[in-house]
Amino acid sequence: METFSLLAQGFAVALTPTTLALAVAGCIIGTMVGALPGLGPSNGVAILIPLAFSLGLDATEALILMTSVYYGAMYRGRISSILLNIPGDEPALMTTLDGYPMARDGRASDALVLSGVASFVGALLATFGLMLLAPVLARVAYLFGPAEYFALYLLAFSTLGGIASDNQRKAALAACMGLAIAMIGLDNSTGMSRFTGGNLHLMDGVDFLVAIVGLFAVSEVFIFIESHGRSSAIGVKLESITIPFKDIVNTFGTMLRSTVIGFVAGILPGAGASLGSFLAYMSEKAWVRDNSQFGKGDPRGVAAPEAGNKAAAGGALVPMLTLGVPGSRTTAVLLALLMTLNITPGPLQFTERPEVVWGLMAALLIANIVLLILNVPMVRIFVKVLSVPPWILLPGACMVSFVGIYSLSGSYFDLVLMIVFGLLGYFLRKLHVPTVPIILGILLGNHMEDSLRRAMVISGGDWKYLFQSGISIGFWIAAIIGFVAPVFLRRFLKTPTPHTT
Amino acid sequence: MVDHRDSTNPLEREWNKTHTTRLAAAVLLSLGLSSGLQAAECIAPANPGGGWDFTCRSIGKIMYDIKAVDSPIQVTNMAGAGGGLAYTHVVTERANDEELIVAASSATATRLAQNAYGGMTADQVRFLGAIGADPGVIVVAKDSPFQSLTDLIDAVKADPGQVAFAGGSAVGGFDHLKVLMALGRAGFDDITKVKYIGVDGGADAITQTIGGFAQAMTGDISEIVGFLKSGDVRVLASFTEERLPGEFNDIPTAREQGIDVVAVNWRGLYVPKDISDEAYNKWSDALAQVAASDEWAEQMQANGLAPFTKVGTEFQGYVDGVIEEIRTLSKEIGVIQ
Repeated sequence: METFSLLAQGFAVALTPTTLALAVAGCIIGTMVGALPGLGPSNGVAILIPLAFSLGLDATEALILMTSVYYGAMYRGRISSILLNIPGDEPALMTTLDGYPMARDGRASDALVLSGVASFVGALLATFGLMLLAPVLARVAYLFGPAEYFALYLLAFSTLGGIASDNQRKAALAACMGLAIAMIGLDNSTGMSRFTGGNLHLMDGVDFLVAIVGLFAVSEVFIFIESHGRSSAIGVKLESITIPFKDIVNTFGTMLRSTVIGFVAGILPGAGASLGSFLAYMSEKAWVRDNSQFGKGDPRGVAAPEAGNKAAAGGALVPMLTLGVPGSRTTAVLLALLMTLNITPGPLQFTERPEVVWGLMAALLIANIVLLILNVPMVRIFVKVLSVPPWILLPGACMVSFVGIYSLSGSYFDLVLMIVFGLLGYFLRKLHVPTVPIILGILLGNHMEDSLRRAMVISGGDWKYLFQSGISIGFWIAAIIGFVAPVFLRRFLKTPTPHTT
Repeated sequence: MVDHRDSTNPLEREWNKTHTTRLAAAVLLSLGLSSGLQAAECIAPANPGGGWDFTCRSIGKIMYDIKAVDSPIQVTNMAGAGGGLAYTHVVTERANDEELIVAASSATATRLAQNAYGGMTADQVRFLGAIGADPGVIVVAKDSPFQSLTDLIDAVKADPGQVAFAGGSAVGGFDHLKVLMALGRAGFDDITKVKYIGVDGGADAITQTIGGFAQAMTGDISEIVGFLKSGDVRVLASFTEERLPGEFNDIPTAREQGIDVVAVNWRGLYVPKDISDEAYNKWSDALAQVAASDEWAEQMQANGLAPFTKVGTEFQGYVDGVIEEIRTLSKEIGVIQ
C-alpha cells in the first residue's frame, strides 16, 4: 500500500495546472517531432532540453515535459510506418510489416486506432510494472553478463529468417547484409577501425536511422520515379473512420503478451525498444495458431510491435532510474537531463528522491492518457495526409527525411550514405529481398558481436563459458527451437508454403 | 568526405556556418529562445548525455548566467569518431571562428596521442582550459576479496587470467590505460595478458562488476557515486595527488598505496587555432569566471568533479605534457607503433 501513497504523492506533484499543461504541451511537441523520419524521440528530447532550462522548470517539471515528448514521439513513430511504409523511428520498424498492408487494404484508420490503443495498453501496463517492480527488477541487470546477452541476441537472430512470410532464404540473406554493415566502424575489443577506408565518418559505424530512411523512404522515391508514379506504394484508400472494436477485442491477448515481452526486453540495458518490438512480433507470430496472415495485414501484427515497443520504453526507465544505465538512446538523453538537474541516478534514487521518481510515474500515466485522447480522434487528421497527391507527399516526406538525417550529425556524409542505401533498397526491392532484416542486422549485430568478444576475453577463449548460466542455457534452447521448429513444423504439418504475391 | 573549402572568404565562411548550424539551432530559434544576437556556439563532439555534452551545457549555461558572455551559448552535438569528426570540422572549416568553443577531456588528449583523429595533431587547435576533473578510480563489488589496490595488483601478478577489468572506454582508451599505468608502476610488465572489457559507459561497467562478470571496474568517480552511496561497491583507490575532499575523503589514493599514478579525466575546452589573441583571452577570461563561480562549484559537487583549474597557456603546456606521456605508454603497450 506504500506504493499507492507514494503514487498519490506523485499525482499531487503531477496534477498541478502547470505540470498538466506541460504534459499536454510535451505530448503535442513530441507528436510533431516524431513526424520527421530520422528525427526520432531521442533527438526530440535532446533538442528540447535547453527549453526546459530557459523556462526555469524544476526537476520534476522538466522530467514531466521530457517524458511527455518522449512518449509523444514514440506514439507518432507508427503513423508513417502504417501510412507510408516508412518507419518514423527504429522501434516502429516492425509496425510496417502488417500496418502498411492493412492500410493498403483500405483499413488505414483501423490500423492507426488499433496501434494507438495497443500503444496505450503497452505503455500503461509498463508504467504499472515500473511502479511496482522497479527496485526489484533493477537486480535483473546484474544477472546479465556478456554470455547471457550473446545468447539473447542469438535468440533474436535465430528467428529472423521467419520474419518474411514468403522467402526465408532472402530474409536470411538480408540479415547477413545487415550483419556485414554492422561490422563497419571501430572495433571495441581492439580499438582498431574496420572497413572504414580511413574515413572518420565511418568510425562509429553506420547509423541505423540513415539505413532506415535510405532503404525505406529514398528507395520508395526511386520506384515512384521509375514507374512514372503509377505503381506508387501510397495506394492507400481512404474510408470512413470507425473504431475497430472487434480488432481491439480480438488482439487484447496479443497486447498483453507483447507488453510482458517488451517490458522484459526494455529492462535489459542495451536491448531497448527495437528488440522489444521485434521479439513481441516474432513470438506473437509463433504463438498464434494461424499465422498465415502475418505480413499481409494481420491486426495482431500491428498490435504486437506497438504494445511491445511502448512497454520496452517503460521498461528502459528501470535501469535508467535505478542503475543510471541508459537502456536506449532516448533514456541516455533523459539521463543527461537528470544529471544536469543534480539528480544522481543510482540504486538509492527511489529512496532519496521519491518526489522525482513518483512524480515521473504519475506523469507517465497522465501523458499516456493525453496521448490516447490525442491520437484516436486525431486519426482523422493523420489520414488526411493521404489525400495529398503522392507526387507531393512522397518528395515532401523525403525532404523532411533529409533534414532529419542531417540533424543527426550535421554532416552531408550521412546524406550521401542515405542515398546509397536508397539505391541498395531500390535494387533489393526489385529482387524481392525484404529490407526489414537488414535494419535488424545492423541494430543487433554490433551488440551480439561485442557480447561474444567480451565473453571470450573474460573466459580466455573458452567457449564453454557461453553455456554456464541457467539464463544463457535457456536462451540457447529457445534459440535452437526458434530456428529449427519452423522447419520441422512445415514438414510435419505440411503447411502449404505461401506464394509470393 | 572532409570539406576542404577555403574558409577565408567571409561570405563563404558565413555560408559554412549557416550550413553547419544544425536543426537544433533552428528549432531553438523558432521557439524564440535566442534573442537575435549572434549566438556563440559550443560543440559537444558526442551525442547528448555524455561528459562532453555536460561540459558544453553546464559551462555554456553558467557563462551566460554570470554574464561572462552577452548572449546564450548554443550547444551543438557533433558526434562521431570519438570526437574526431568535430576536431576535423574545427580544423578544416572553422579555423578562425571566434564564436566557437569545443568540449574536450582526457579522451581528446588520448586520441590525439594515439593518432586516432585521422592524422590531425594537437597543435592544430588551441587548448583553452580545464576547470574540473573527474578523478580516476578502481572499484570492486562490496563482497570482493580485494581490500586494497595492492591486493588487486598482486592477484593480477599471480595470475592475470583471474582478474577481468571492465571500463566504459574501448580497448586502448583512458580507462584501460589507467589500469595499465598502475600495473606498470607496480612492476608488472606482461601488459598484453591483462583482461579488459570495454562496455558502453561507466554505469554498464559497474553493473558488470557488481554482477560478478568482471572483478574490478576502472572509471571516473562521477560514474560510481550512486553505487558508492548505496554500498554496492567499494573504491580501492583514486588516481589523484591527494585525497578527495568531502564525503570521498576516506578513499585512499593509489600513491598512498605505493603506486605512483595520477590519472584524472579533466573537463575543458579548446578553440580554433587561428583566432585572435584577443578572442582567446576573452574566452579564457570567461572560463576563469565560470571556474570561480558558485554555480560551477555546485555543478562540480553534484557531478563528483574535483577542482582542477588550468586556464590559458598553462593548460596548453599541461596538455602537451599529457599527450607526450600517453604516446610513450601507448607505444609500450603496442596500441600504436
